[in-house]
Order: sequence, then structure tokens, then C-alpha cells
Amino acid sequence: MKTHLHFIGIYLLSIFSMFVTTVQATPESKHVAITQIVEHPALDAVRKGVKDVLSEAGWNEGNNLKWDYQSAQGATVTASQIAKKFAGDNPDIIVAIATPSAQAVVSSARQTNIVFSAVTDPVGAKLVKAWDQPSKYVTGVSDLTPINLHLAFIKEAMPQAKSLGVIYNPGEANSVSLIKLVKQYGPTHGLKIIEAVSPKSADVQAATRSLLGRVDAIYLPTDNTVISAMEGIIKIAEQAKVPVFAGDTDSVKRGAVAALGFNYYQVGRQTGEVVTAILNGKSPQDIPVQGIEKTELFVNPKAAIRMGLTLDEKIIARAKKVIE
Amino acid sequence: MNSFAFFGAIETGFIFALVALAVFISFRILDFPDLTVDGSFPLGAAVAASMIVGDFHPLTATFCACIAGAMAGTVTAWLNVKLKILHLLASILTMIALYSINLRIMDGPNKALLGVETLLTPLDNLSFMPYYIAYPLTFGIFALLMLALVIWFLQSEIGLAMRATGANPRMARANGVNTSRMVILGMAISNALVALAGALFAQSQGSADVTMGVGVIVIGLASVIGGEALFPKSTLLKWALACVLGSILYRMVIAFALNGEMLGLKAQDLNLITAVLVTLAIVAPGLKAKTKSKLSKSLNAKTKQAQE
Repeated sequence: MKTHLHFIGIYLLSIFSMFVTTVQATPESKHVAITQIVEHPALDAVRKGVKDVLSEAGWNEGNNLKWDYQSAQGATVTASQIAKKFAGDNPDIIVAIATPSAQAVVSSARQTNIVFSAVTDPVGAKLVKAWDQPSKYVTGVSDLTPINLHLAFIKEAMPQAKSLGVIYNPGEANSVSLIKLVKQYGPTHGLKIIEAVSPKSADVQAATRSLLGRVDAIYLPTDNTVISAMEGIIKIAEQAKVPVFAGDTDSVKRGAVAALGFNYYQVGRQTGEVVTAILNGKSPQDIPVQGIEKTELFVNPKAAIRMGLTLDEKIIARAKKVIE
Repeated sequence: MNSFAFFGAIETGFIFALVALAVFISFRILDFPDLTVDGSFPLGAAVAASMIVGDFHPLTATFCACIAGAMAGTVTAWLNVKLKILHLLASILTMIALYSINLRIMDGPNKALLGVETLLTPLDNLSFMPYYIAYPLTFGIFALLMLALVIWFLQSEIGLAMRATGANPRMARANGVNTSRMVILGMAISNALVALAGALFAQSQGSADVTMGVGVIVIGLASVIGGEALFPKSTLLKWALACVLGSILYRMVIAFALNGEMLGLKAQDLNLITAVLVTLAIVAPGLKAKTKSKLSKSLNAKTKQAQE
């Protein structure tokens, strides 16, 4: 029995020593370590986007790229341990998907290039000081709703619009921060923003009526309270001929005029571009944090007509999806 | 495994040693299956992170986190002993309530501490030691200090009354022990330890997150059971020490599992590998003992036959 134990001990030790030796990447090959907080279709799409861009840029796994992927399977504690393992592996770049993983990596790996992705508020998460001030080793891509692009689109569809109504629930933290952005970007597009609050789904219709006569169009941010009672808004808007734009593409099927959405695969591709730039020698501190650049337009021309708006042919032509 | 991963595992192991000690008190000493842990861990993190960001001294913040944890434990115990709700259910009720409370405390799902002065900031630029060794060393001292305190307490008069409450509540009551009060006190201490772990973890990892409590009770239990299986528990001190070692061992297992790609394993297998390794750790000594007892039984039978 004892000798058996000895053998097992030696066996374990030899396996252990296998792991202790660090794998050194050859000079012309690069090592990218990627971690995400949990398996989730959106986050998996980000990872795929990064990998696709890398292989298009000539970095192929097993050939000249060491691709190291770890998922924390939902546990923040594991995310921190993965971060520490990556810090010690010392790869060329660590890609961290979603806020908890990014925070764990930034706190553990202090001299490794880090690219975060799918982090909504990188400044609030203290990953960087400001969007245009990436730190020495850290930059990335945010998945914050591109409000600026949304407002630009509304102005393009309705050049004569001067005032825009927004309906939201002040109890939803996400909506409050989106409205802050709407108010920030509104004036740059020549839009006066008028708010209507709806703390419950039952208040949505009253909020919509309060906007009538004061606004040229209505914008609905991705607010759970408002979106769940959206049919009530559409009904009133159709009667009053006020076009309704949405922040999410699903709402277009339910009767909104149009929405600019985005998909996480594109977020991943954008992240991949950042990773490639750093692999090619650029420093993270020279790459500002990016917001979403590629959007997908969904339009509903019939709903537009019901609300008294005829969409430009050019807009309909470039839509990714036209709801009939 | 690289040195970062190795010391990182020890660091996390020492932090979760506090959780293991807490589970040791609730499950083993008081015989109270307490799931509040999954809520009081992020509670400690939330209180500490919010206060540190709000310009309180990190030490004050960490202390307040412990108080908050003790309050959470008190609520669970109170639900159980005063309102007569089943202990398991009482702890689940507190746990889910804490989810909302943590969101309130942090005013959102996440509170970042990166670049903010915490208890660990002084360790970042030591001339004689890199931070990745200084951190686990500090947490080790913390854990051993708490271990000493827990042992000291359990051997005091009140501590003995608490152990009696867990071992045989009727007997304890017959001897004049107020068992309700003992359960409340024990649960308060246990959850204060968990919240302390949460506060330290948030400061070590750079943020508090409302989801960080997921599975903490499983980690704590696995540490205690694994520790008990592998190390002697003949005295109270050895028993508690086994829990601490069990926690470090658990982290080593995870660090090991993270290197699974060499064995052809993938990232998504992590939880399975961990479960298998922990099961092995727990079962192995038992199997050894079983074969031994079987051997001695058959030997006994043979000698008896021979005698007859």
C-alpha cells in the first residue's frame, strides 16, 4: 500500500512539474489570453468576433497564435483566479469580456496589455479614467447604446424635427444614464429634449399624452417599463401622428418607425481590430476606448406612414431589415 | 502553474478560509445549515466598497462590513428561533433579501475599487517584496488571527455554551443555557466572518459585484468537508486548521483545473473537473479507511475461526 502511495505521489509530482514549466511563445508567434465571466450567446459572439478578425489578420491558432480561453462559469472568485493565472502566463494581450472579468484582470495583471470588451461603463467600472484617456496598458470597446448615432438617425429621417420627447422610468438605473446621454447629445443635433416619466407600465399612456403637441417625435430608450407597455404608446402616437423611434430593434416589429441596433459579433470584431493593432506594436494608451461603430438599421415603413411620416427611399434601401 | 497563479490561489484560499471558518461555526458547531453566506459575502463587499469610494478609511469600511454581516446573520437566526421558520428556509429568505439590499447599498450592480486607496494599497510598492507575495502573506496573517480568535472564543464559557447548544440543545437548556441567544450570537459571528471575507476579496480584486456571492456556500462547505477528510480533526484547533487548509487546497484544485488544456480539457469543463477533484479528495481517505476496516474484520474473523 505504502509503495503504491509513493508511486502515486511521484506521478502527481511529475504532472505538477509539467504545469509549472511556462510555455514560451516563439518570437514570431503571439499569445492572446481571453477570459469571459460566463458562457452566454452575446459574450460568446464577442469572443468569436475577436478570433475571426485575428485570423483574417493572419494570426491563426496553433500556427502563429497561442489562444488561451477561460470562462469563470459565472463565479467572480474564479474570474479573479483566472486573471491571476493569465497575469503569470504573461501573454502579449489579455482580452477580458464583461465588467467583472475586466476588473479582475486589471487588478491582477499590472504590466500586461489588456483589451476589455462588452463593458457598458468603462469609466464607472474604473477601468480607464476617461474614454479618450486609456491607461498605459488598458483600453477596449464598450457596448453602451450608441445614443449619438440614434439621435443623428432621427434627425436624418426627420430633418424638420426640433423637439424630441423621451419616455422612461426614473427607477431604472440604465435608463437614467441613457437619458443623461440623450440630453447631452440632443442640442448637437438641434433637438430639444422633453422628458416624460413613467414609473409604472400603467403610467405609460399618460406620459405619452403629456408629450403631444410639444414634440415632433418620440424616442424610446431601452427601458423595460416603457418597452413592456409599448403598444399603448404606439396607439396614441398613431392617432396624433407623432413618429416613434426606438432604441432596440425588437420594438420595430411592434410598431416603432425605426431603430438602430447592434450585434455582439460586431462588438467582438471591433475588439479584434484593437487587439490586432496592439499585436502589431501599437500601445494601448494610444487607442481611445471605442463605442459601438457598426449598427444595423431596422425600419417599419407602414408604421411610419400610420404616424404621418414617409421614410426616405435611401433609408429604406440601406436597412438591414424592413418590416412589412 | 506559474508563480502568479500559485500565490494567487493561496491568497484567495486564505480569504475563503474565513468563509470556511464561518461555515465551520454554523454547520459544525451550531448544526445550523446556513445559506445566508451567499448574500452576506457580497454584502460585506458592497458595504466596504461603497464606504471606501465614499472616502471612509478602508479599515472603518472593513469593520462596518463585518457589522453588516453580523446583522444579516442575526436576522437569519431571529427568523429561525423567534418566528420558528425552518433554519434552511430562514437563511434562504435572508439570502434573497440581501440581493436587493446589496443593489441598494451599491446603487447599482457593481462598485469599482480600481485605483482607489484600499487596505492593500500600502502593499503595492514594498521594496522588499512583490505585491503578489505580500497579498497572500497579509491575508494569511488575517486568517490565522481569525482562527486564533475563533478557537479562543469556542473555549471560553460562552463558546462552550454555544458548542453545547449545537451538540445537544435539550441538554444545554437543562443546564441553563439560553440556546436561542447562542444561535443568534453564533450566526452573527459566522456571517461577520463571511462579510469580512467579502470585504477583503472586493479590495483584492478591485470591485464589488452583486453576483459575487454565487456559490460561496459551496466553496465554504467543500473547504470544510475536504479539510476534514484530509487532515486530522482530533482537537478543536486541528479541526479549525483543517478547514483553513481545506480552503487553500480547494483553490489549488481550481488553479490546477485551469491548466486542464494540457490534458485535452476545455474551459467549459472547469466546474466538472473541480467537482471531480473535490469528490476524490473527500472520498479517498474514506476508501482507505474502509479497506483497512474490511481487512481487519476479515483478519478478526480468521483469528476467531482459528481460536475455535
